[in-house]
Amino acid sequence: MRHEAFVLLGVAVFFGIVGAVYWFTSYEDGGTMMLVGTCALGLLPGGYYYYWHRKMGYRPEDRNDASIEDGAGEVETFPSSSIWPFVLGMGAFMLVLAFAFGIWFFFPAVGLMLTALVGVTAESRRGGHV
Amino acid sequence: MDVWRDERPLSPASAPSAETPHSAPSNRFSAPRRVLGRRPSRRLLPLLVLAPVVLAGCQLPDFGAFKGATSQGQDAYKLWQGFFVAGIVVGGVVLVLILWAMFRYRRRSEALPRQTQYRPAIEILYTVVPIFIVIGLFVFTVITENEVDAVPRSQVTIDVTAFQWGWQFYYPATGKVVIGQTLQQPQMEMPVGEAVTIHLESADVYHGFYVPEFNFSRYAAPGYVNTFNFNVLHAGVYRGQCTQLCGLYHSLMLFTVKAVTPAAFDTWVHQTSGHQPTIGQLKSQIRANGPGA
Amino acid sequence: MTDVITPTISGDGRDGHQVLVVEEHHGHEEHHGPTGVLKWLTSTDHKVIGMSYMITSLVLFYIAGIMALVMRLQLATPNASLVSYAQYNELFTMHGSLMLYLFAGPFAFGGLANYIVPLQVGAPDMAFPRLNALSYWLYLGGSLTMMMGFLVAGGAASFGWVAYAPLSNATNSPGAGGDIWIMALVLTGFSAIFTGVNLVATIFYLRAPGMTMFRMPIFTWNMLVTAILILIAFPILTSALVMLFCDRHFGTHIFSVQGGGSPNLWQNLFWFFGHPEVYILALPYFGIATEVISVFSRKPVFGYKSMVFATLSIAALSTGVWAHHMFTTGVVLLPFFSLLSLLIAVPTGIKFFNWIGTMWRGQIHLSAAMLFSIGFLFAFLMGGVTGVMLASPPIDFFTHDTYFVVAHFHQVLFGTAVFAGFAGLYYWYPKFFGRMLRENLGKWHFWLMFIGFWVTFMPQYVVGLLGMPRRVVTYPTYLGWESYNIISTVGAFVIAASFAVLLWNLWISWRDPVPSGDNPWDAHTLEWFTTSPPPHHNYSHLPAIRSERPTWDYHHPDHPAIGHGEGHDPDKEKVLVSS
Repeated sequence: MRHEAFVLLGVAVFFGIVGAVYWFTSYEDGGTMMLVGTCALGLLPGGYYYYWHRKMGYRPEDRNDASIEDGAGEVETFPSSSIWPFVLGMGAFMLVLAFAFGIWFFFPAVGLMLTALVGVTAESRRGGHV
Repeated sequence: MDVWRDERPLSPASAPSAETPHSAPSNRFSAPRRVLGRRPSRRLLPLLVLAPVVLAGCQLPDFGAFKGATSQGQDAYKLWQGFFVAGIVVGGVVLVLILWAMFRYRRRSEALPRQTQYRPAIEILYTVVPIFIVIGLFVFTVITENEVDAVPRSQVTIDVTAFQWGWQFYYPATGKVVIGQTLQQPQMEMPVGEAVTIHLESADVYHGFYVPEFNFSRYAAPGYVNTFNFNVLHAGVYRGQCTQLCGLYHSLMLFTVKAVTPAAFDTWVHQTSGHQPTIGQLKSQIRANGPGA
Repeated sequence: MTDVITPTISGDGRDGHQVLVVEEHHGHEEHHGPTGVLKWLTSTDHKVIGMSYMITSLVLFYIAGIMALVMRLQLATPNASLVSYAQYNELFTMHGSLMLYLFAGPFAFGGLANYIVPLQVGAPDMAFPRLNALSYWLYLGGSLTMMMGFLVAGGAASFGWVAYAPLSNATNSPGAGGDIWIMALVLTGFSAIFTGVNLVATIFYLRAPGMTMFRMPIFTWNMLVTAILILIAFPILTSALVMLFCDRHFGTHIFSVQGGGSPNLWQNLFWFFGHPEVYILALPYFGIATEVISVFSRKPVFGYKSMVFATLSIAALSTGVWAHHMFTTGVVLLPFFSLLSLLIAVPTGIKFFNWIGTMWRGQIHLSAAMLFSIGFLFAFLMGGVTGVMLASPPIDFFTHDTYFVVAHFHQVLFGTAVFAGFAGLYYWYPKFFGRMLRENLGKWHFWLMFIGFWVTFMPQYVVGLLGMPRRVVTYPTYLGWESYNIISTVGAFVIAASFAVLLWNLWISWRDPVPSGDNPWDAHTLEWFTTSPPPHHNYSHLPAIRSERPTWDYHHPDHPAIGHGEGHDPDKEKVLVSS
């Protein structure tokens, strides 16, 4: 995870510097806040990756000399079909239409979204089986 | 019906490729031939840095821009010429390299070329040289920018207010008002040969105060005033237009700037304005009747 | 149905290269999955989702292109009245919004990246397949919402794709059109953010063994950087849109002067999103160009590491230059933004020289994909040079909001999203479908588009310098702008003809297919190792990964990538980075 961490920590360092330079040359609040926020965006996951790198060392995909059998074992669970993204997506679609067309859209929209959230949670607890 | 180049697709299982003639001992690849991309840039570097200085005395083409009827506009015009020349040179070098590569290294055979993946010296070169070019461009930008945006004291001040969809020009020294909407094209008079300070703001949304022949534009903003100077060099009438989208009749927000002798200006600005509508009245008028002349 | 991937060793190695056999285990309910429309609605396969994104975004591209043709017809002659003032404002707002928000971005990070990145890193799917599917449905919902703008009373949004306050507030732009526009972007914004999360997770966590960060293909690197930019930029847009909606409907005064707000704040927020956004739109296409140029020059990418660092630099700098869109507001720190904007030319130049270096001493095949990539190089070269001009405030003062800027951004955006995008289409189409697009029609497509492109946009530079502002419905007769506008309109129709050729190519190649085989281009990167099209979980065999060109190394073990001046030594393995 070392290079991954450095990519994000690099973001943090760069925007920390740029944010400081921007603040002391302009004293402008909005831009400074956004630059500082971006620094934090790099710092948080970058720090997390670096911490885990120190803890777990090099994974097979971090080593130049790794062979394919080093990655033996279960890769991950990939749910291969699920209706819930569609339901949640359509619920979100209806929700924003509520803002534009009328508050009554809100009720079917929230209904769909809650159904989808319950459904996807239950599906995940079943290990991704539908 | 053709499959890529009318031949069977290159199959990975085909016979091993012949050794490319380029895989000779490494002294074949030492400096001279590879320098094609390197030496011209080295020679051009001081030229690029000095270009705007050289240009100041040169008769370069205008590359499509106005020469500038104000002193600020002429400074901007010179910077434009410098950037354009730099652009032609750098762009030209890169263009020639692309064309050369395309034509010179077109496929001659199925032999695999030398699989060169890196060459640190040349990579460092084309990182460092552009940095110097950019710094040069920045330095000349800052110099010109300070000239264009300088606001030394002036005798004449004009308050310009933009609104949907027209312009009001107010001369606080005498109270003279000129106002017009869309195709009425209100005219702002100012004296030639001396500094005129403009205070620009908007009564509603952002508008763009743009006089092409002055090589200048600035936003008319709601809530704060933009201040800048014009030193008009030649008498004449110059067209102006709104450049920042401001709604329905944005395209019609025209105005003109008339530069006259200081004496003529003095006479004009002391004349009474007569009855002029207010901004609010003109806004209602446009909304009711559409744009008018 | 859960699929659990268990890689196991097989003794089967060709020429001593180790291959992995990937076994797919289905959950114990061995029932068949859904079929037909339900299969599409429930699919979480990144390939299906990617293809859905590509098709949807291309449809929206054609719609936005037709809007452009209408605008060009209106502008061809002065004082034309093909469309009304209100309709024209809607047209350019929607043309820009569709092209930028609904085509160029989604085609790249939702379409191509979704399909290709897991393949390029050797993963069975994206890290979060259901989130991936959600991204697509949000995108589709957002696109439908955006198009609905034309159906409401008062018409679609008409305040430009940038929606500056106070023009976009309830006083100046009443009507549901603006609200619809805001809501569409909220949906597509979340869609993009979820895709960004998915891309970062996939690239960081699901790479195959041996695929270190510095062995990933440049396209994948560019998508990683794009994903990080998405995570930086889109939340700011979404927040700003929520604020704008509150100003429009809930009585807040965030962006209005009366009430103590600041209209400038909208511009700052929007452009902090907006500038990284245009690099989100550009970087994937740079990646495509890199892949195509490398394959069709039959050489590795020249300067791989400097390419990576250039991409990171471009992204970092691009986030710091937002106020160069605001030079004429009079209240931004000009030198800071000017310097950073000029500096972006440096890493962009590095990429150009690396592309040229890739072609240099290669064996260049001028296939359709390669022609499109070279077309991209020309277009972006000039667009980049004019961008450097615009980075200088005194020059920006007289070119801002004129057709000079319109020509500039069309050169860079059209050059990347359209030229390089079609290079990617012609290049990866065999991988998607196992069949070829017609090369001869592809070349017609290219040449018509290339000629039309220059004829359309070069006159716009000239007329912009003559003072023609942008977003104008018409212009006066006495200024001499007509000839440039007519030429530009003719060029636009030549481009339109090229898109007709593309449709014909797609149609005829589908109806009368020519099989391509797994790797018709003898390409280098991992996705070309598997079958065309790939099986359900992408790889049943994986080669050993020892460089950034695993497929090339497998098929051409005697031609590894080497440094300049090194001998041609097939036994020497190149170690690119030691970590």
